[in-house]
Amino acid sequence: MAEKEPVKEKIPRVVMPGQKPDIRRRNFDEVPLGYTSEMAVEEASRCLQCKRPPCVAGCPVDIDIPAFIGHIRAGDFDEAIKKIWEKNRLPAICGRVCPQETQCEIRCVLGKKGEPVAIGNLERFAADFARINGIEGAPLRQRPTRKRVAVVGSGPAGLTVAGDLIAKGHEVTVFEAFHKPGGVLVYGIPEFRLPKEIVFAEVALLEKDGVDIECNMVVGRTVTLDELFDEGYDAIFLGVGAGLPRFMDIPGENLIGIMSANEYLTRANLMKAYRFPEYDTPIRRGKNVAVLGAGNVAMDAARTAIRLGADEARIVYRRSRQEMPARAAEIRHAEEEGIEFLLLTNPKRFLGDDSGHVVGMECLRMELGEPDASGRRRPVPIEGSEFGLGCDLVVVAVGSGANPLLTSSIKGLELNRWGYIEADPETGKTCLEGVWAGGDIVTGSATVILAMGAGRKAADSMHGYLTGGRRLP
Amino acid sequence: MFEIVKREEMAKGTVILNEIEAPRIARKAEPGQFVILKANETGERIPLTMARTDPERGTITVIYMVVGRSTALFRELRVGEGYQDVIGPLGRPAHLDRVGTVVCVGGGTGVAVLYPITRGLKQLGNRVISIIGARTKDLLILEDEMKAISDELHLCTDDGSYGHHGFVTDVLKTVLEEETVGLAVAVGPVLMMKFVSEITRPYNVKTLVSLNPIMIDGTGMCGGCRVSVDGENKFACIDGPEFDGHKVDFDQLMQRLQAYRQEEIQSLEAHRCRLEP
Ligand SMILES: Cc1cc2nc3c(=O)[nH]c(=O)nc-3n(C[C@H](O)[C@H](O)[C@H](O)COP(=O)(O)OP(=O)(O)OC[C@H]3O[C@@H](n4cnc5c(N)ncnc54)[C@H](O)[C@@H]3O)c2cc1C
Ligand SMILES: Cc1cc2nc3c(=O)[nH]c(=O)nc-3n(C[C@H](O)[C@H](O)[C@H](O)COP(=O)(O)OP(=O)(O)OC[C@H]3O[C@@H](n4cnc5c(N)ncnc54)[C@H](O)[C@@H]3O)c2cc1C
Ligand code: SF4
Ligand code: SF4
Ligand code: FES
Repeated sequence: MAEKEPVKEKIPRVVMPGQKPDIRRRNFDEVPLGYTSEMAVEEASRCLQCKRPPCVAGCPVDIDIPAFIGHIRAGDFDEAIKKIWEKNRLPAICGRVCPQETQCEIRCVLGKKGEPVAIGNLERFAADFARINGIEGAPLRQRPTRKRVAVVGSGPAGLTVAGDLIAKGHEVTVFEAFHKPGGVLVYGIPEFRLPKEIVFAEVALLEKDGVDIECNMVVGRTVTLDELFDEGYDAIFLGVGAGLPRFMDIPGENLIGIMSANEYLTRANLMKAYRFPEYDTPIRRGKNVAVLGAGNVAMDAARTAIRLGADEARIVYRRSRQEMPARAAEIRHAEEEGIEFLLLTNPKRFLGDDSGHVVGMECLRMELGEPDASGRRRPVPIEGSEFGLGCDLVVVAVGSGANPLLTSSIKGLELNRWGYIEADPETGKTCLEGVWAGGDIVTGSATVILAMGAGRKAADSMHGYLTGGRRLP
Repeated sequence: MFEIVKREEMAKGTVILNEIEAPRIARKAEPGQFVILKANETGERIPLTMARTDPERGTITVIYMVVGRSTALFRELRVGEGYQDVIGPLGRPAHLDRVGTVVCVGGGTGVAVLYPITRGLKQLGNRVISIIGARTKDLLILEDEMKAISDELHLCTDDGSYGHHGFVTDVLKTVLEEETVGLAVAVGPVLMMKFVSEITRPYNVKTLVSLNPIMIDGTGMCGGCRVSVDGENKFACIDGPEFDGHKVDFDQLMQRLQAYRQEEIQSLEAHRCRLEP
């Protein structure tokens, strides 16, 4: 499949420098520090510039990977970022949080024999270089169509639709319920993985392109979908994410000090509670913290707890290490920072003191039984294995569901049995005329780049609808 | 920015009224719904019920008691200044029905929340008996407004400085003895709502209360506002804030409201230092 054999003296993949674990575990600054120009050029020179590059097929928004890497290799960083912007308006974000190891990099030919090109790191470098040096793309806008599009939700799905449709000449307004745009990128993913300033800078570029962003708009409450159509919007995209916290539903869960990861991370990130009392929103600073669950969200919560001064932060997970859903890099970072993993363990009830504060949990040890519907071995409790675990803060990170606030306000919108919106996987079209949907509210919790990919497909379909409807299914 | 077009101190320094420009919200709001306000960049998101809305002027009115850091910050905002963010209308509208005779019980700034609900009940043709109270005369708000929409109005103060000397619950007992009441509505401090619910229970009078747990988003996203109702967890911001008082676990709510007690004191201290260098 490779066009050329890898060069003889193999250059190893350039490692991105980062803060040392014992330092970073007590601050909220970003962990990886980025490539220098020299490092970027060196890493870029490893790319074979494949004629039919398999990596591109792994990118849901079709970035011309060899082309932008070629520009970096030539030291032409301006051209590199312009190449990326053609397909992706949020590269500083994707370069940081995409699961590259399962998207673009897994397909890189170099990965067959050694390590793949660090595509994500290079994308991040190009975007950071542009931001720091004030490089701006020429406005991408085509001739105005006078069509108006409303985008509900400003997460990666909504922002991608907005960026694509503004470039195609439509008028776009994004309505966001929170007081800041960005979705999970601002309220969920912590500062030390994705600095909020970077999110706001990429959003600002979209605004410069002409996208109008209206915050504090809870669609379904402040304004309904019907009213948006009445106000003259021709098409609407729903990208409201999967923001409904799941709890354990076991006794004692309403004790003080037990909260959803959504609450904990929103306080820390969106409300900047880690800078309390400079910022007014408080956050519980646990000394002995238990995080239930083992996905990316759980890792983020545990790493936040450590940074807020916890002596101990534990991941409590009912399956084994193999089944942990978090990215390998997140697990490694968490371990390096001293987070402990208590596996094959499940809480049975929470214990509190007289004032209603959590002081511990009663847990059960588990063993793995037969595979369940998801193909993973089902955890079964070992009888009589109860044991106590002290803690003064519990963060519940066992997944999220579909928030019904918007969907229940729309008559006739088809939902699946979990409450997610039914939308055509190829076009994002819902059963309602003029309404598209994509991202987590369609698929359930997934990833930034999949939400963006869904946004791209929906934007293409919406564009067809707005300019003549030939591509309507 | 959401501009303050009118400001009034209903009780000097402690109970403040703000009329705020928010045309979209004014157009949609119904009695019982609330907004979330954030004063500035570093501010907290604070829920307050709309005591009044004026769709023509495009304004909403909130009345709040200064109890901590954020409400103290709100107090500093003058006419012409405003809130950086106002979000709403949130929560379910109050459930208004024609039942015959209703008793509306309000304590402290709860009266501000009670007022639009009472008005709605009156407009439906109910006979309205209102009982409102406060710690002391100066803190008693909306007396004239409540009088105008009530068939009977009882006033109480804890210290006896005005009206009946004692709690609203004393008067409520008398009313329940003398009248056939179809519905009770109670809004005020949690302890008051708890006692009202306990008093109405033996009379089998359905009792609606408006709960005020700590909130962040107000859209069902964080679960911080969860309250136990009939043994089930409900999110007050989307399932409420109005619930059946006979089913609410008030003791748990009271405990949960204390979750950030220490931080609240710390925050207020930090704020004072900034004000008085
Ligand atoms: C803590 C955490 C860490 C994660 N880490 C990663 C990672 O490292 N890599 C990765 O790829 N993915 C990660 N994810 C997953 C990823 O963030 C999501 O899959 C992605 O953000 C989904 O995008 P979206 O646009 O569908 O929705 P969201 O990002 O959820 O955005 C939806 C937006 O819609 C708004 N909204 C909701 N209802 C309304 C309404 N009625 N009216 C107006 N606006 C509304 C919300 O406030 C929100 O801003 C993580 C998720 C979390 C929670
Ligand atoms: C749906 C709803 C409607 C409300 N309507 C009104 C109203 O019309 N008028 C009024 O005076 N008050 C109302 N409240 C209460 C008001 O939100 C709190 O008094 C306010 O948040 C206190 O903030 P603070 O920083 O000044 O005080 P703090 O020092 O933070 O706290 C003082 C007290 O307020 C409680 N509190 C703190 N933060 C919150 C929060 N985010 N949400 C709720 N309670 C909190 C604390 O438990 C504490 O007991 C309402 C609350 C809710 C949930
Ligand atoms: S956007 Fe994500 S998947 Fe696409 S090239 Fe960049 S890192 Fe890879
Ligand atoms: S990144 Fe890998 S697959 Fe893509 S062009 Fe370069 S060498 Fe080929
Ligand atoms: S305030 Fe977050 S769910 Fe109600």
